[in-house]
Amino acid sequence: MSKVTELLKKAVGMCRGQIKGESKVKKIEINPMTRLEGHGKIAIFLDESGNVDDAFFQTVEFRGYEKFLQGMPIEEVPRTVSTVCGVCRAVHFLCSMKASDNVYGVTPPPTGRKLRELFYSAHTVEDHTAILYALGFPDFVVGPDASPAERNLIGLINAVGVETGRMVLQKRSLAVKIFEILGGKPNHPVAALPGGWSKRLSEEERAQIEKWSEELVELGKLTLQVFEDVVLKNPKYMELVTGDMYKVEVGYMASVDEQNRFTLYDGTQKVIDAKGDLVGTFTGKEYLDFISERVLPWSYLKFPYNKKLGSWDGIKSGPDTNIYCVGPLARMNVVDSMSTPLAQEHFEKFHNTFGLKPVHYILGYHWARAIEILAAAEKCLELSRDPEITGSDTWNKPTSCTGEGVGIIEANRGTLIHHYITDDNGIVQNANLIVSTTHNNAPINLAVKTAAKHFIKDGNVSEGLLNHVEMAFRPYDLCLACATHTVTAGQLPVEVNIYKSDGEILRQMKNF
Amino acid sequence: MAEKIKFGFLLAGGCAGCEMALVDMSEKLLDALGHLDVVFWAPTVADVKYKDLEAMEDGYIDLAFVDGMIRNTENEHTVKVLRQKSKTLVAFGACASLGGIAALGDCHSQEELFSQAYKDTFSTDNPDGIYPQPECTWEGKYDLTLPAFTNRVSTIDQLVEVDYFVGGCPPHHDFIAQLVQAIVSGNLPAKGSWLTSGKAVCDICKRNPADHDQKRLPIGEVFRTVDGRPDEDKCLLQQGYICFGPVTQGDCGASCLNVNIPCRGCGGPIPGVRDYGARCVSTITSSLKDDETAEEFVKKFNDMAKFCYRYSYSAGILNQKLTPGK
Repeated sequence: MSKVTELLKKAVGMCRGQIKGESKVKKIEINPMTRLEGHGKIAIFLDESGNVDDAFFQTVEFRGYEKFLQGMPIEEVPRTVSTVCGVCRAVHFLCSMKASDNVYGVTPPPTGRKLRELFYSAHTVEDHTAILYALGFPDFVVGPDASPAERNLIGLINAVGVETGRMVLQKRSLAVKIFEILGGKPNHPVAALPGGWSKRLSEEERAQIEKWSEELVELGKLTLQVFEDVVLKNPKYMELVTGDMYKVEVGYMASVDEQNRFTLYDGTQKVIDAKGDLVGTFTGKEYLDFISERVLPWSYLKFPYNKKLGSWDGIKSGPDTNIYCVGPLARMNVVDSMSTPLAQEHFEKFHNTFGLKPVHYILGYHWARAIEILAAAEKCLELSRDPEITGSDTWNKPTSCTGEGVGIIEANRGTLIHHYITDDNGIVQNANLIVSTTHNNAPINLAVKTAAKHFIKDGNVSEGLLNHVEMAFRPYDLCLACATHTVTAGQLPVEVNIYKSDGEILRQMKNF
Repeated sequence: MAEKIKFGFLLAGGCAGCEMALVDMSEKLLDALGHLDVVFWAPTVADVKYKDLEAMEDGYIDLAFVDGMIRNTENEHTVKVLRQKSKTLVAFGACASLGGIAALGDCHSQEELFSQAYKDTFSTDNPDGIYPQPECTWEGKYDLTLPAFTNRVSTIDQLVEVDYFVGGCPPHHDFIAQLVQAIVSGNLPAKGSWLTSGKAVCDICKRNPADHDQKRLPIGEVFRTVDGRPDEDKCLLQQGYICFGPVTQGDCGASCLNVNIPCRGCGGPIPGVRDYGARCVSTITSSLKDDETAEEFVKKFNDMAKFCYRYSYSAGILNQKLTPGK
């Protein structure tokens, strides 16, 4: 095996583990195996005739950031709250930084704002790339019915070639380098200031970043080419991409700029219902007019719903649901267009392919993610060529304290909200975090249930169940780490145990 | 070529940032893998399971890294197993060595953490005051279980014997590359040591007054980072911006200082320091000019425990019993 393949195998393979599920009558438990208490688990209940009665995706961790951030100066929060997740390495940092702007009633000067945006665009490229190549593509390249042993990054590398794999790794690392130059550290960065950015960019650094950004654009193009060759040109896969077992009909929420275009760093939140009709737009604290989070006793993760569309009505899909989702697919459904030329071409192709807007086919998340790599890379290049980016004025000093701030950012996995109350000195008194994966909690439950219903009929559990249930939650790029303000790493290994009515195991299926 | 070192890597309760730091080595990781035979890397290895780890002979793994703190019973179990199977165990990164940011949760009771998350947050809709339950029967027919929350964070060496400690949140990938080289060449210090250059952040920092033939002077004013923009060439502490550089290991290359932001101690204590937070307080306050300045310091940073123990609350001796000889 080549070293690259070996490296990728070690770096981004699938997690493994073992768990003992409790035997229950007509209960199928799908337990991620990595760490017994470290991920989500899935329980499927069958009715008398052996069909799916209900299914639950449970999140099993909790940490408590919203409490222990209290007492900390708000400007110390970004570098602290970044540790919610080491994969989403920029988003909690930037979101709390935006909240700190509000707390001190200060906006960054143009250079400061552009540095933030360049930093975030670089992060988007590296994060989406890691996720797509490690978790998204293998399902298609190797095939959803292949054995899990092959249906991973290794199989992908074998399919696209080792040289391509090496190139992807190298180009991704350039995005991390840009991140480090601007943020101070390659992970859990520090350069955020209320009202701006602590790091000034030298001309030498700018020129370097411009060169690297050109390569990132190439990475974006390559990624979309892989998607086209492997998925779009394969009728069998397109049946899956547009198949009802991967359709979840809910509303959507994402940021838009003044022209209703795609934006990641800053914008207005636009909310549409499952029919695609506008429910409303909001900024800042107005999120409380739209979002409520229900607590249910069987998950550590709360269940947000759109309260403009009525009070809590359970986890339901359909044209009248008040459940909504966020992330790359939501962004494709909410924006009118992209803000960069190359990504726009692919955006048009995306919608021409699906035909109807909003697109409720969740495998579209992967395609959307690929388009966003290109969009973020184009943004990096655009900003690296902006004459203002090397300006010396990167910070507006706070002069007063408003005592409250809400930060909203389109994180890679979807809308992220940080809300802080402080005293007159900017010391945090109260905090509320609503995280991307939390918004998607109910939709993930719906996706799993839909897939389970498709693959379990009259007590017969199809061999494909495991793969397909995995494929149902993978598009959402679960970050349970973020969601519960605690941590888990990317891949979810899954074991399905099917018990006979006497409690004896009938069959066991694993993806490891 | 010498025989490859059998290497294991376990993520306990951390954020996966340390795992990403290895991935971020990119090309250097390829070189490292020329010397390392990765026999276990969970949760990110494709073909090694926990039960495979349990089936290994004791001492089978030459060198194992653990990142993340101990946060639940499962972390406890796997770390104990890994210890048994490994000749050398390294607590890798601030969480494993010191407790990390998550350990700040131990400043609060479990009830405080839960009521904030599930009752008091602005957007929470919880009319019946429900908390997630270890066991519940939902809608009268679905029996569902959750693991119970544990409310004490501990470092790896509070659970098992640790041979070496590495600081950093996460350790910088360039430093990891140096570490791997030291390990491969067998160039390791006595067991129980930190793997570090042994230098403080100040020793690395290009702002160090000593490098500019300047004396350190008593600090007459204290600033938070929002109070002003420090001179980019001068020592932050000398300018009154509280910085933990003097007591923190500088294996990061003084990276935060490079972007004009003070150190907060993720690198871990310089050699010989038993309690990081206590040393922080003593070092900073003894640098202050007078009582008035000390009062200003306390007023500006009135969350002193969370400030000085930001990455090391579990490893500190606050609220803990000291055992003789420990």
